[in-house]
Amino acid sequence: MKTNDVILQTTTKVIFFIIILFSIHIFFAGHYAPGGGFVGGLLTSSGIVLLLLAFDLKTVSNMLPINYTVMVSIGLLIALGTAAGSIFFNVPFFTHAFEYFTLPLLGKQSLHTAALFDAGVYLVVVGVTMTIIQSIGEDE
Amino acid sequence: MSFVYFIFIPMIATLLIPFLYKKVSGIHTGWFVLVVPVILLGLYTTLLPKVQHGETVTSSFDWIPSLNISFVSYIDGLSLLFSLLITGIGALVVLYSIFYLDKTREQLHNFYVYLMLFMTAMLGVVQSDHLISLYFFWELTSISSFLLIGYWYKRDRSRFGALKSMMITVFGGLMMLGGFVLLSIMGDTYSIRELIAIAPELANHEWFVWSLILVLLGAFTKSAQFPFYIWLPDAMEAPTPVSAYLHSATMVKAGLYLVARFTPIFASSEWWIWLVTGIGLLTLFWGSFFALKQTDLKGILAFSTVSQLGLIMSLLGAGAISFHTGVEDNSIFKYAAFAAIFHLINHATFKGCLFMIAGIIDHETGTRDIRKLGGLMSIMPITFTIAMIGSFSMAGLPPFNGFLSKEMFLTGMLSIPNFDFFAFDTWGILFPIIAWIASVFTFVYSFYFVFRTFTGKYKPDLLPKKAHEAPFGMLISPAILGLLVVAIFFIPNVIADVLIKPAVAAIQPYLYGSPEEIDIHVSAWHGWASPELWMTIGIIVIGFLLYWTLSKWQPMFEKFPKWFSLNRFYDKLMDLSETGTYRFSSLYMTGYMRSYLIYMFTAIVVLTISTVFIKDAFDISFATLAPIRFYELIISLVLVAGTITVLAAKSRLTSIIALGAVGYSVALFFVVFNAPDLALTQLVIETVSVALFLLAFYHLPKLNRHENRMKFRLGNALVALGVGVMVTIVALSAHSQKLVPSISSYYEETVYSEAGGGNIVNVILVDYRGFDTLFEIAVLSIASIGIIGMIRLRLSKKKEVNRIENK
Repeated sequence: MKTNDVILQTTTKVIFFIIILFSIHIFFAGHYAPGGGFVGGLLTSSGIVLLLLAFDLKTVSNMLPINYTVMVSIGLLIALGTAAGSIFFNVPFFTHAFEYFTLPLLGKQSLHTAALFDAGVYLVVVGVTMTIIQSIGEDE
Repeated sequence: MSFVYFIFIPMIATLLIPFLYKKVSGIHTGWFVLVVPVILLGLYTTLLPKVQHGETVTSSFDWIPSLNISFVSYIDGLSLLFSLLITGIGALVVLYSIFYLDKTREQLHNFYVYLMLFMTAMLGVVQSDHLISLYFFWELTSISSFLLIGYWYKRDRSRFGALKSMMITVFGGLMMLGGFVLLSIMGDTYSIRELIAIAPELANHEWFVWSLILVLLGAFTKSAQFPFYIWLPDAMEAPTPVSAYLHSATMVKAGLYLVARFTPIFASSEWWIWLVTGIGLLTLFWGSFFALKQTDLKGILAFSTVSQLGLIMSLLGAGAISFHTGVEDNSIFKYAAFAAIFHLINHATFKGCLFMIAGIIDHETGTRDIRKLGGLMSIMPITFTIAMIGSFSMAGLPPFNGFLSKEMFLTGMLSIPNFDFFAFDTWGILFPIIAWIASVFTFVYSFYFVFRTFTGKYKPDLLPKKAHEAPFGMLISPAILGLLVVAIFFIPNVIADVLIKPAVAAIQPYLYGSPEEIDIHVSAWHGWASPELWMTIGIIVIGFLLYWTLSKWQPMFEKFPKWFSLNRFYDKLMDLSETGTYRFSSLYMTGYMRSYLIYMFTAIVVLTISTVFIKDAFDISFATLAPIRFYELIISLVLVAGTITVLAAKSRLTSIIALGAVGYSVALFFVVFNAPDLALTQLVIETVSVALFLLAFYHLPKLNRHENRMKFRLGNALVALGVGVMVTIVALSAHSQKLVPSISSYYEETVYSEAGGGNIVNVILVDYRGFDTLFEIAVLSIASIGIIGMIRLRLSKKKEVNRIENK
């Protein structure tokens, strides 16, 4: 039985990008406004879950050919690497650094190693959530 | 030159070995590896003149300064002697292995990586002055030994032997760590030299005997003393170069090193003298007696190693007696420590040589079974000559070095009954008697080893390969060792001045200020009146008779009941610990999530509520609470209604949707209380988890055709009620009594200045409490691996049953 879900699929095609953009915004805003890697990652995965609901697993994995387990390990490595990076500057493990820069168009901005760590968290969260959902979904 | 760094040279070399093996396949990797021990040997040799005069070389670098742990290389006579043995025998063994291990068939990179790892570990053991780094290297030797024994990991016996050696030596290592910790608490230092300096004060401490026994457990397991020796015969599954190196010349001597090193600390105790001498002598006898039961060449050598280690151990114990007598009082006790070091060197030479011979025979005939061998003398004349030199030295015959140290051993044992402390004047008479009997058996197995293999009838039909003489390269290393065996007999006093006396001075600092003060002269001839000479003659005569009649009485070994042996005991113990722990854990590991949740929740409730009451933290005051607003009331009502629906719903789908409603209303609470971060996270989590629930829902077992309401279970209800009450009590009590100011003000002040951020919640996550987050994402990843394991790689039920049965 094929269900007719034209409306869902059409809106998903639009909403998916809004969710992803919003999640990226949330991720970057994290240091100063509500948000962060964890929420950002969850939002991204909820976007992908929406895709999964509208289309089937196979179509989605064709659209986004990502190996989520690799994503998890990359995320963990980034997080651990950021934390461990500080020992090369002879400061204790997990010491973050930040600096302010004035960039064209964007104005005064700050660059944080914390954001790098958060990117690791983001990847792990997306990877783990999608791994779980994919594994359970694929299983017959 | 900072010698502490040299310890790590072999370990650094391990980084290159795999590349050399893969890229330069034309040349045997061993040739590259050979450079390492040769260079190190050269480096350590340059220290000889210095150390000979009693100087020491110390260098160190910090490892974990915050815990006060550092690598300290302290080279005195004893350390230098061992370092030379490790690098010297190491070089010969690597040379031998080049011809022993085939470069096309064997995984050489693994072999040499393990071997170099071992070399670093062993150098670290004998040079460390710091107790903790000594322990670190000690365990590293166990691990590299495990890897080397299991080198041919496809054989069951190899894996079994590797595990057995690891189990026993690591057990001992842990005991030793306990002893070290006690020592460091008693002496308030980790440095062995500083502990030696305050040894008299330590002796009066109540933990002194405990630390002594624990350290000895470490030494006895490593040096294969009774009853821990059982791992050594099984370790013979290792490739023969490994047996020659680790299991006769170096690693098993780490225990002897430890005993020698700690003699100045523990010598004052009668426990030390009795245990070290007694266990050593028992091991000597036991090993030499059961060596005759073996039919495997390497088995004979393994038991002989056990026995010889016992000999050296007993001498070290007897050497500690001199602590009580002093130099002038009774000079014969001085000989013991000297003889121990002397025999240690000699044993390394003749046993290393014999192991290599056993390897050659295995390599050229295809078997090590002594019943199949015989008559190889004419086929392998060079091998035979070297084997004879090694065996005669082991038997204690002149003109080989074993004779000299065996005579000194007898001197040492004869002197024990003269010692009039600690009941030695009554029981002590047993020591020379046991020593003499053990020496007779040593003589017998030495002859057994060499003459059963090389003389008698040649049985070509029993041999898997056609026997022929070994290639020249393979003979170099045993020949060098054989040459040393003879040379040491003729120049014992040169060896004594260069190597032995500095080491003895390190063992007995309470007797000698410098190595030059030791006035021991080794001589082969003591005159007709010396009892040692007559004992040796007795050994030769009785030994010869016993060897002659060996075939008559060897079957006696079969009469020993099989069930009553230490190996059996070990196997039972392993079995019992495996099945026992399995049974114990299956008592409570039911495999159902609901049981685990009940355990966890019950524990949390009981622990928290009893803590609240014991600490009298129960305090509820509503004075400081804000008034309840209209929205909050409505959301609460929705929350409660949702929860009741979850429980009361007839279908699961309804329950899941109701659970979603509960989650969203909690998110609304966060919105009402101005916590946007939490609200956002809760909303998204709720969305994703409802999706997840719906997915998992598909897989849940069908309860009934007509789905029913959940049954009321009193136990579950009590647990649920308990958790609810507990959380409420904690929340209210925590709010009512604020003992310390909230940490949030600290965050408010520092979030911009220190962390450069504006959102406290997120900065806490990534910066203040970054460690938590790091571990949380690690846990998340582990969970996802677990889910992959459970679902994607799920084994069918049938296969799983088979797997368990195979254990």
